[in-house]
Amino acid sequence: MTTAAEPLPRNRGSVATRTWAFVRHHTLTFFGILALAYLMLPIVVVIVFSFNDPAGRYNYTWEGFTLDHWTTPFGPPFLGDAVMTSIQVALVATIVATILGTLVAMALVRYHFRGRGATNFLIFVPLTAPEIVLGASLLTLFLNLGTALGFWTIVLAHIMFCISFVVVTVRARLVGFDRHVEEAAADLGANEWVTFLRITLPLIAPGILAGALLAFSLSIDDFVITSFNSGTTTTFPLYVWSAAQRGVPAEVNVIGTMIFGVAIVLMLANVLWQYRREPKGAE
Amino acid sequence: MSFLHRHGWLTPYLLLAPGIAFLVLFFVVPLYYLGYTSLQEGTVQVGYTFTWAWDNYSEAFSTYQEQFIRSLQYAGIATVLALLISYPLTYWIAFRGGRWKNLLLLFIIAPFFVTYLIRTLAWQNILADDGFLVGVMQALGLVSDDGRLLATSTAVIAGITYNFLPFMALPLYVALEQIDPRLIEAAKDLYSSSTKAFLRVTLPLSAPGLIAGTLLTFIPAAGDFINAELLGTPNQAMIGNVIQSKFLEITDYGQAAALSVILMAVILLMIAIYTRILGTERMTG
Repeated sequence: MTTAAEPLPRNRGSVATRTWAFVRHHTLTFFGILALAYLMLPIVVVIVFSFNDPAGRYNYTWEGFTLDHWTTPFGPPFLGDAVMTSIQVALVATIVATILGTLVAMALVRYHFRGRGATNFLIFVPLTAPEIVLGASLLTLFLNLGTALGFWTIVLAHIMFCISFVVVTVRARLVGFDRHVEEAAADLGANEWVTFLRITLPLIAPGILAGALLAFSLSIDDFVITSFNSGTTTTFPLYVWSAAQRGVPAEVNVIGTMIFGVAIVLMLANVLWQYRREPKGAE
Repeated sequence: MSFLHRHGWLTPYLLLAPGIAFLVLFFVVPLYYLGYTSLQEGTVQVGYTFTWAWDNYSEAFSTYQEQFIRSLQYAGIATVLALLISYPLTYWIAFRGGRWKNLLLLFIIAPFFVTYLIRTLAWQNILADDGFLVGVMQALGLVSDDGRLLATSTAVIAGITYNFLPFMALPLYVALEQIDPRLIEAAKDLYSSSTKAFLRVTLPLSAPGLIAGTLLTFIPAAGDFINAELLGTPNQAMIGNVIQSKFLEITDYGQAAALSVILMAVILLMIAIYTRILGTERMTG
């Protein structure tokens, strides 16, 4: 802990108020740790039960340690296919949503144009609309047009709800962008295209990457919207949903743990990278 | 490029065009079809026809009033609980986190990295009748000996609170983190009590995060059906459960669409009020 963020002990108060301040200070710390423990609890349960050796179909009570599920994570029928479908959907949706979203973010940050407010609103509403309404309305579109539901309707749905998240993430990065660097490049004779590729893109790449990662994780996690537009195609969350009715195999915990592990490693790498850039944790 | 130079005003529109076209086609147009479907009648066998069937709305509303009210109640309670947990937590991270801020923040987003359904199933596990939590609470007398946690409204509300808590915590953290601690120090130096400094300085300055967080938690919570399905019984059914089963199981599209429109209308009304107060720019980033 740094001393800068800590309020200094206040000397002018009585012993009672100082004691109270001390207790309160630690109450907050205690509460914070408790709240973090609460947030971690289900995650720990998921990981622990990936090593469970359930007696029957239900992986509810601890029966004994085994590594079996980790050696054959795609053992249960259809589980591997479902995971594969999820990854394919997420890849396509992420690429398209990241490109479209980045372009929109650039327009919003760099230009003043008619319809800016309307554009902001259009980006904002899908972020807050309940997923069930997004899923249901897309379903009515496909029903009325007679579109067959399947892989591509899922992809369209995922691109749709990812775009806004990409816009918001990339825009946050673009706002602090120093345009003088671009002007310098132009002064040195680079044309607009070269300036974009050599100067702008590398500088906003971390923002784009953050947007893409967010889109990928949202896509791979989505159940609600997918369930409305999947037809007979099964993604990983859809597999889990139908498995929940008849007992979830421990392999699902294994895959859940794997997804969690990959995401945490990526985020930790990001955090560590930030620490390296700002060694004292300064703003 | 020379064309763009002469018509510079076109550039933003060209950048916007693909993304906005996509959102119009797959977000706005579907909302139109949702409205259109909500006024259709028919069945899978005979097909669906548009008949200005306003009955869908009156029937949907009168039949499922209970689930509507329950959704708003559960979402409201969960939002308050999420706020009560998130505020001290994010306050602690923002003002006492020091150089560990980013790492502590990672704990808040960590639940997002476990698939929604899987973390809700983990709660099923934690709250199970033979689980340790029920045992502990029975020993403490908080739950009667034959009492249970799973399949109660408590379980559903707890699940919703947990699942949407990061939506509350993140905007709150962003707002709290931006507050200069010297402002609070200044208030105290001017002989304001800690409580008063909090109420007069910290709380108002964190208001944008508080309002955004409330909105971002309440809205998805009101439309949720996963927690009620996995942690509750039909007695805890929310409006999302009704919409989901009517669309995907009973294929009563007209009423299902009508219910969705009502839900969306309530929520749009809330967004309109909130954006009127705060402005869209501040809320989206």
